[in-house]
Amino acid sequence: MSDVAVVGFAQTPSVRRTTGTTNGVEMLVPIFQEVLGGLGLSTPDIGFWCSGSSDYLAGRAFSFVSAVDAIGAFPPITESHVEMDAAWALYEAWVKIRTGEVDTALVYGFGKSSAGHLRRVLALQLDPYLVTPLWPDSVGLAGIQARLGIESGLWSERAMAEVVARSRSDARANPLAQLSGEVDVEDLLAQPYLADPLRAHDCAPITDGAATIVLASGDRARELCERPAWITGIDHRVDSPSLGGRDLTTSPSTVAAGKAAGADGVSVAELHAPFSHQEILLRQALGLGDEVGVNPSGGTLCGNPMFAAGLARIGEAARRVLDGEAERVLGHATSGPLLQQNLVCVMEGRD
Amino acid sequence: MTKPLSAPLEVGFDYTRSLGPTLSRFMTALRQRRVTGVRGSDGRVHVPPAEYDPVTAEPLTEVVDVASTGVVRSWSWAAEPLEGQPLDRPFAWALVLLDGADTALLHAVDAGSPDRMRTGMRVRVRWADDRVGAITDIACFEPSDEPALEPLDDDGDPVTMITSPVRLHYRHTASAEESSFLRGLAEGRLLGQRCPACGKVYLPPRPACPTDGVPTAEEVELPDHGTVTTFCIVNVPFLGQRITPPYVAAYVLLDGADIAFLHLVLGCAADEVRMGMRVEAVWKPREEWGPTLQNIDHFRPTGEPDAPYDTYSQHL
Ligand SMILES: [Zn+2]
Repeated sequence: MSDVAVVGFAQTPSVRRTTGTTNGVEMLVPIFQEVLGGLGLSTPDIGFWCSGSSDYLAGRAFSFVSAVDAIGAFPPITESHVEMDAAWALYEAWVKIRTGEVDTALVYGFGKSSAGHLRRVLALQLDPYLVTPLWPDSVGLAGIQARLGIESGLWSERAMAEVVARSRSDARANPLAQLSGEVDVEDLLAQPYLADPLRAHDCAPITDGAATIVLASGDRARELCERPAWITGIDHRVDSPSLGGRDLTTSPSTVAAGKAAGADGVSVAELHAPFSHQEILLRQALGLGDEVGVNPSGGTLCGNPMFAAGLARIGEAARRVLDGEAERVLGHATSGPLLQQNLVCVMEGRD
Repeated sequence: MTKPLSAPLEVGFDYTRSLGPTLSRFMTALRQRRVTGVRGSDGRVHVPPAEYDPVTAEPLTEVVDVASTGVVRSWSWAAEPLEGQPLDRPFAWALVLLDGADTALLHAVDAGSPDRMRTGMRVRVRWADDRVGAITDIACFEPSDEPALEPLDDDGDPVTMITSPVRLHYRHTASAEESSFLRGLAEGRLLGQRCPACGKVYLPPRPACPTDGVPTAEEVELPDHGTVTTFCIVNVPFLGQRITPPYVAAYVLLDGADIAFLHLVLGCAADEVRMGMRVEAVWKPREEWGPTLQNIDHFRPTGEPDAPYDTYSQHL
């Protein structure tokens, strides 16, 4: 079977609110032009298109169908969609290339969270019998998880604030970040709680945005780019949907996906952690030591386009290989409540 | 460019779900002020009950009664409760391990203040007065060392369904091109957009040409008359119907447009409508106009000769 590599990545700025529609066309058209133009490709060159988005986020049925307008789907294209973060669309595209059916794929994810009330919309991904009828919001649930780790001694409010301060500082080098700047840990700890023990800065901002990645197989990848980010391992696993039935201070699915994908020896990891304590949890679950640069882009705490942020983690990690900055990198994506489902993608350059 | 039009969009529906045997027993017991769990293959008691063992995936059937009292395992403070949540005053979300259970249940604790919350505190169920067999029969938990209210047997039927209302609130934004189109309608004008690549004219306009994937840029004003490309005769009455059947819903291709849109054709017998028929808009009185295609009440035949098939065959 053919090797598969990330050859291109583009994303919109992460912003609090766009004036575009919830079907994402206004956000997608420029990043398709950017990623395809950068590779010298046009629409008919792409063998498979796969997207991730959510109708609940958009508040309308089949919003992903309208998004196809951004492609210019004539002559007809081969296309698929997942109602998950587009990192899982990337997994589908990776499989499609591995089968030999196509040699290129374009993956995209988009979300306009500002259209609705994200904290409530996310209640719809919970158990519809026992949990959703109580409308637990995403921030309230994350607070329960954060406290479990604090009281078990796995992390602290200070360690969480340090994650935020480092992320915002790193994001100064990322012109597309929504939040960035030098912040003082003591100042962060002096802020009031949003959902005790979480403060507002512990929670990813509400973001409108989109991201796209182009994958290519063996020779095609070498033709298209000087230094492809070869996917050496990719895996995704899921934990129980029962929030009170699993250990929320770790993530067995991340541990398993990390082992299967071969997380050892990476120098950069982009982790999809919408809450500050989750970055610490994921770092522990993946066994990433201090020598690993985590979220040099600023990560999800500095911009969280729903259904694109996980794909963007893979793109941000791959970019370090494409640019020649790193040899072996890791992109992680999560889906569902409290890190229920996790995908790990390990990539490397070959000189 | 002026600001796109936007408007509130309310999404509301009731989800009705059948429960299956495990959840049916759990919900029926809640109606009787009892909490039950199920024993897993490893002997652990799952509350709420798991239908299948999380480790072995075996179906689980041994029902175990647990107490309506328990201990908080972790919590967070909801300072500003949101719509649909169990309490409308500040409360704690908590994972509660009921006495006799090995897994924790998520619910609200009515503690009044975060100062009164701590992990390890004892709580009991505050039962709802009106119970229907749903997780909301537990109104919330409250800090207490005392037992909860006694079970109350009833001779009602087992609960087999739940209905969960979903109410979501959005702000829907029209695209810039749709916004010009809608603002044009408010002035009685029909404004489409031309694709810079293929030259096709879209009405209603779209943010990007679906064939070329490029934003449409040039505004094109179209006349309010055109051709019926295809149609159907509606014979079936339905809720909210404005016109008594039979009537005709047709795709109308305005002269100069490359995409047809759905509207009504009235002003002749339904069985006289045909493909190629020439029609014109019948506008509502000007004082009723707004940014909507409903300003056109319907289309009616112009009486011109039918358009040749070749003029609309590419638009079917
Ligand atoms: Zn076109």
